[in-house]
Amino acid sequence: MPEPQRRPIMDTAAVERALSRMAREVVERTGGTEGVVLVGIHRRGVDLAAWIAREIERTEGVAVPTGSLDITLYRDDLMTVGPRPVVGRSDIPPGGIDGRQVVIVDDVLYTGRTVRAALDELADYGRPSRTLLCVLVDREGRELPIQADIVGAKVPVPAGGRVEVRVPRTDGGALGVEVVDGGGGAG
Amino acid sequence: MAHPTAPSLGKDLLALEDLTGEQILSILDTAETFKEISVRPIKKVPALRNRTIVNAFFENSTRTRVSFEFAEKRMGADTVSISTTGSSVQKGETLVDTARNLEAMGVDMVVIRHSSSGSARFLAERIPSNVVNAGDGKHEHPTQGLLDLLTIRDHRGPIDKLKVCIVGDVLHSRVARSNIWGLRRLGAQVAVCGPRTLLPPAIEEMGVTVFRRVEEAIEWADVLNVLRLQLERMTGGFIPSLREYNRVFGVTRARIESAPRNVLVLHPGPMNRGVEIDSDVADGPQSVILQQVTNGVAVRMAVLYLLSGHAPETAEAAKRGGDA
Repeated sequence: MPEPQRRPIMDTAAVERALSRMAREVVERTGGTEGVVLVGIHRRGVDLAAWIAREIERTEGVAVPTGSLDITLYRDDLMTVGPRPVVGRSDIPPGGIDGRQVVIVDDVLYTGRTVRAALDELADYGRPSRTLLCVLVDREGRELPIQADIVGAKVPVPAGGRVEVRVPRTDGGALGVEVVDGGGGAG
Repeated sequence: MAHPTAPSLGKDLLALEDLTGEQILSILDTAETFKEISVRPIKKVPALRNRTIVNAFFENSTRTRVSFEFAEKRMGADTVSISTTGSSVQKGETLVDTARNLEAMGVDMVVIRHSSSGSARFLAERIPSNVVNAGDGKHEHPTQGLLDLLTIRDHRGPIDKLKVCIVGDVLHSRVARSNIWGLRRLGAQVAVCGPRTLLPPAIEEMGVTVFRRVEEAIEWADVLNVLRLQLERMTGGFIPSLREYNRVFGVTRARIESAPRNVLVLHPGPMNRGVEIDSDVADGPQSVILQQVTNGVAVRMAVLYLLSGHAPETAEAAKRGGDA
């Protein structure tokens, strides 16, 4: 079986530039930092949300509350997969999300099913005044009518390929994005 | 970059004796994350949506049944509870009938409590649904053992560093057996303490130390799991009197306070206050009895989650009598 071909799409500097721009866009789209909550989707979305929060604090001087969502229990294919995925912890910042502007952060937007699950889970925690979606990589292949508001990069991926986002805290190594030909991709 | 997966528990949870240390830790870790669900504004996730679970309680129970029902409802399952008194159940015949009826109704999981040891395995081998043992006679009560492990770990850290003594009516206790298997599997030192009449013969063969005096047990242990005197199961004269039992084996404040270290006190409930445990210990700062109840829901959620979805691959094996 041939080795999958890996194509670097973004190096560390490119990802950091994208995240800096995304942080500025978050502030622009939400009209400042008042009432803004960043919520990363496990696992890499959490790391990226922390990166964006640090950047907002650096530029705006305000620490935006951040939380995390583990959508495992909200997956719509949970009954058909086995063995069971490991369940992570969801963590909503003190003060909750009622009436706030919640920015969901994830690494890759593909089918939209992960975001659908995240929206369902958020609804169990409260009712934000507005919810935005912020992803580092947007690839085609949506199976649900979901789109991102803030995008780091649009990456065309051939059928059967997948996007891999590497985040130091989760994966080790340097920040980066690669396309791997052959295999699926993040949802 | 696949999602990490938990080790498979197989089709059923029948006994902690069947599980590896890795499987037990996986259940405890999953339960740890499920605690958060019970403090959310909406205490419910859709993980078991469209699953039907039957709680078949052929023996009286309120605490365990309610705990399972909460766990099932918080996972979004549809639940039905059936019960009958132990005395009216004909062992074997009724269980086979029950199994056939449950199969015909297409249930996905069965939680069973029964007064006969081995009844959960008997059922598991005859239906394709997942079976969870909620207590079978004097054999095992695995989810109680797991919630005890979780509570101990919450307060005292890794189990393999601990000395745990089970005090009281070990002879009639399925909780004791599940505790011994689970604690030993995770590397704890385990002891038992009680009147000779209430300890099973050759209990040492389960790898436990035996203390004859409760004072010695308390001096040795980091954790005490105090068992209820199961008066309803005592058909002979096991102890001279309840008062005598309390005087010799009761976990009293004076005994706890004389311990060289801060001993954690557990009790699976319901308690006979003033018999195996005094009220000022049960309600005292070292008691984690109510947290055991809270942890019970999280542990049962974890077990249901980890077992669910396993039935389709193993149904045929179950019908053949396999133990997949």
